[in-house]
Amino acid sequence: MDFVSIFNAAVTEMFGPTLLVYALAAIGLNVHFGYTGMLNFGQAAFVAVGAYGLALMVVTFAPMWFPGLAAGAVFWLGILLGLIGAVVLALLLGVPTLRLRADYLAIATISAAEIIRRVFRSSTLREWTGGSDGRSGFADVFREYGMVFGFDRGARFSWGPFFYTGTQLWVMVVGWILVGLTMLVVWLAMRSPWGRVLKAIREDEDAVRSLGKNVFSYKLQALILGGVIGALAGFISGLTTGTVIPDTYSPQFTFFVYAMVILGGAARVFGPLVGAMIFWFMFQFLTQALRQLSVQGILPPGVLDPTQVGPIVFVLLGAGIIALLIFRPQGIFGDRREISLDVR
Amino acid sequence: MRRAAIFLTALVGSVIVALGIASTPAWADGEGVQGRLSHDGEPVAGAVINVFAEDQLVGSAESDADGEWSLPLPGAGLYRVELDEATLPEGLVASRGNVREQNVPIGRASTILFPLGTEVLEQPDEALGDEEEPPPGDGEPPPEEIIPEDPEGEVEIITGPTRLNRVVSHVYSGIHLGLIIALAGLGLSLVFGTMGLVNFAHGELVSFGALAAVFFHVPAYAFGLPLLVATPAAVALGVLFGYAQDRFFWGWLRKRGTGIIAMMIISIGAALLLRNVYQYYFGSRRIVYRDFTSQVPIEIGPLLVVPRNLIVDGIAIVVLLSVAFALVFTRLGKAVRAVADNPSLASASGINVDRIIRLVWATGTGLAALAGVFLAMQEGASFIAGFQMLLLLFAAVIVGGLGTAFGAILGGLIVGLFIQVSTLWIPDEFKYVAALGLLIVVLLVRPQGILGRRVRVG
Amino acid sequence: MYAEDMTTVDLPGRQRAREAFSSVAPEAGAAKPDPILVADNVVRRFGGLTAVDVGHLEVQRGAITAIIGPNGAGKTTLFNLLTGFDSPNSGSWAFNGRPVEGVRSYKVARLGMVRTFQLTKALARLPVIENMRLGAVGQRGENFWRSLVPWLWRRQEQEITERADQLLARFQLDTKREDFAGSLSGGQRKLLEMARALMVQPELVMLDEPMAGVNPALKQSLLTHVKQLREDGMTVLFVEHDMDMVHDISDWVVVMGEGKIISEGSPDQVMGDPKVIDAYLGAHHDGAVKTVAGQEVEAGDTPPPQVSESEQR
Repeated sequence: MDFVSIFNAAVTEMFGPTLLVYALAAIGLNVHFGYTGMLNFGQAAFVAVGAYGLALMVVTFAPMWFPGLAAGAVFWLGILLGLIGAVVLALLLGVPTLRLRADYLAIATISAAEIIRRVFRSSTLREWTGGSDGRSGFADVFREYGMVFGFDRGARFSWGPFFYTGTQLWVMVVGWILVGLTMLVVWLAMRSPWGRVLKAIREDEDAVRSLGKNVFSYKLQALILGGVIGALAGFISGLTTGTVIPDTYSPQFTFFVYAMVILGGAARVFGPLVGAMIFWFMFQFLTQALRQLSVQGILPPGVLDPTQVGPIVFVLLGAGIIALLIFRPQGIFGDRREISLDVR
Repeated sequence: MRRAAIFLTALVGSVIVALGIASTPAWADGEGVQGRLSHDGEPVAGAVINVFAEDQLVGSAESDADGEWSLPLPGAGLYRVELDEATLPEGLVASRGNVREQNVPIGRASTILFPLGTEVLEQPDEALGDEEEPPPGDGEPPPEEIIPEDPEGEVEIITGPTRLNRVVSHVYSGIHLGLIIALAGLGLSLVFGTMGLVNFAHGELVSFGALAAVFFHVPAYAFGLPLLVATPAAVALGVLFGYAQDRFFWGWLRKRGTGIIAMMIISIGAALLLRNVYQYYFGSRRIVYRDFTSQVPIEIGPLLVVPRNLIVDGIAIVVLLSVAFALVFTRLGKAVRAVADNPSLASASGINVDRIIRLVWATGTGLAALAGVFLAMQEGASFIAGFQMLLLLFAAVIVGGLGTAFGAILGGLIVGLFIQVSTLWIPDEFKYVAALGLLIVVLLVRPQGILGRRVRVG
Repeated sequence: MYAEDMTTVDLPGRQRAREAFSSVAPEAGAAKPDPILVADNVVRRFGGLTAVDVGHLEVQRGAITAIIGPNGAGKTTLFNLLTGFDSPNSGSWAFNGRPVEGVRSYKVARLGMVRTFQLTKALARLPVIENMRLGAVGQRGENFWRSLVPWLWRRQEQEITERADQLLARFQLDTKREDFAGSLSGGQRKLLEMARALMVQPELVMLDEPMAGVNPALKQSLLTHVKQLREDGMTVLFVEHDMDMVHDISDWVVVMGEGKIISEGSPDQVMGDPKVIDAYLGAHHDGAVKTVAGQEVEAGDTPPPQVSESEQR
């Protein structure tokens, strides 16, 4: 067992691009679930729409619509399309469903997210979306920007336990800036009267209505804000690997993001980030450690052969989510008092 | 606002449908295998694929200029598909192995992928090689469970040549699927009605039945009992499992006063846990039952149907009718409906709500287990089968009326029919989308469902 | 009773209200000299049960009007209808001469018609002071973009906080300022809810059973507060069971039974009306819970699929 290298790999992942995807998705979901109390089970769809907006603009639409346009401009158009996509999705999803009670909203949003994933992966639309293989080849401009700052594609950076390629590091620089900015926005918004209305809606919609606030409009605004932050996660997700694959954005993705938000403590500014980091570290560490145990034969194949590592890690995560919600629903850094007053 | 929402949704829906109509599925009817070979986005032509059944060569196919290849097969069953690497362009190999074992279902073409590369990557153990979690390394995508594609909530459609044949077959298969959904959905709806929980782990209870039957039935696992014995055993185990879940877990949470939203997320964790326990134990393969697999369809008027399905329908109808009878005429059944209607009032009138909930868990899980066996008779048992069906179950219980017993049955039939009949007009791959679309439309216009009751607030 | 001990000189609002009613005939649907709220033919059915069927109702400006009636008489449902929290099968009503039927609940509140709830809706996981601040209308910082720039709303927030602190002091909640609202006692929550409603600066305050579950000591202080609202020029309409309280503070009483208005008048006139006595005695024989087709339809029911009625249209 090489604990040092396992630990190093897990720590590297803990700050890496994938973590950033989860962290951004979780920060967005925290606006929905933590602050406003909306049970959005379709966060994966917002991430998908962000990633696909960028990918489809660059790979599919721009060659059709704006054949002569410079690659740099096309890239930014793609970002714009992803953001607009998230807003439109929030409106499409929210206008009809936000009147529903929490559990109905959960079913409606998870269904909508599945519809979107299935439409993206359908072979009927393969010509545009690339079907289940998704799309690639839209990250070049972004990587060239990175080269300007010295993040060469082939370069390797290592420092202490950390080890990243140039591409990854460039994604991380942008991603961490986005994480910082979105957390700043959430922090500012949630200590303002606007955030106060959201938190009040979480507690009791009717009371807020009786005080003359348009609850529906606020919920929609919250859905849009969280969704746009989700789309940012989609950009990072697409730009890290240079591909978008529809099945990345399965319900499972949303469930993990929920686990992260609750782990870190819902309705706290740093909660989602901390939750995502712990979750992702645990996931990586367990996977790598168990894989080594299995490959080196320390655990015999009858107990754990390498193909069973994945399921076992998920079993542990499932058990972890259950235990967390039962014994520490306020998350690691949450305030017990706030939860024990829970009126629902 | 509301009208605009309905309009927008209808618009999006019709665009999806319109796109669907414009295309035709690659394979309308008949068994076969197909695929596309490519490397770095370029098609690979001239490669030879050989297909064997029990080591006998069944046929060969060669990839065309687009890299596509296909081969019709004489019938459903287990085939070995081999890519002849010698026919690949110089320097290319099948990076994930060149042999696939494929279980071809009745009436459908299976897609088989051979990723090509310059070197052989980690050899997969299963036929699902390209679905395997990729090795960690640069730019690793977020973790994915291994989810085999297709079929999901699948009922194969066998049909004769005429339009009438097709319509009748689709309607029949809709009823067949509907009955299975109704069986599976009943527990979901009643658990919601009695304890308010939207149980995201209900799909895993369906898988539980399918796999419990594998355990009793398939010789590699335990007893190798005939399916006729293994099925009741699986259902009995399901009842026990449901009872134990409530006795030791959900009942305990209720007593602790865990909130309903927290329980809902707990059920997601439970689903993840169960699903992967199944996968740990049974692997990610689709396991086919031994009995009643290759039956010759019989002809009833314009309908072609395998006898197995008719028997399954018969059992499902009898079971559903007896459950309905029990709910309407027995003391216990009336108590269940009273609790589902209004738990606090039922409790006030002296009904032991906890006991009723336990009963609902036990029978609901038993019915879900039966549905799981029936489903697996069609498509094989796998750890993921129930999960893939979950949203269909949600659609069914919401359409019928969440929390009501008869709503789940009615909704199951409606969703089953809707799905199978919709494929007369839209491609197969959109039928699930259509069902989810139906779910959302129902939530828009009548959130309480068909049999649900609109309740006064405040 | 306490109020009777005070001289009318101390309570000019009360004096004015009683004078206004002196010319009003004590009968159902009576016209008032200066109505702030006028309702006509308001009908709400639940399945086969007609919960509310009010032919004509006027509420006098600047007075305290009580709505009483046995359980299931439709008082709370009428409240929900008038404030846009439920939609009627038919009917129309006007607030300050402006038709408000079909107007959404939050807009009704903005017009100056603010209600509280039978089951208190304190925002449990917000501190008391935040509950209060929420009530203020026209807050600049409630716009998302402006919320990100604190100096655009800081000043207004300070003014709101001052107003909130004054109200908290008046309602003796100032010591609880920073506590979570969920940690307050039932009576304190009622006080908080009333104080929060006043933050909206309403013309008409509608209180749904303000005394339910409040201990006797707090009851007196609540009574004083309600009376003070009238002295401050507000109109109060409230639903109550406690006949002592109704008699003590209301200028006018509306009696409902089985959805209809069966009587109106001053407290003394109403108490002597045989129809009222019938309605109450009848209700005792009926039992408290009305059922229709086996469904309980009493308020506070656990609701399955629910669409907030106010957002219906």
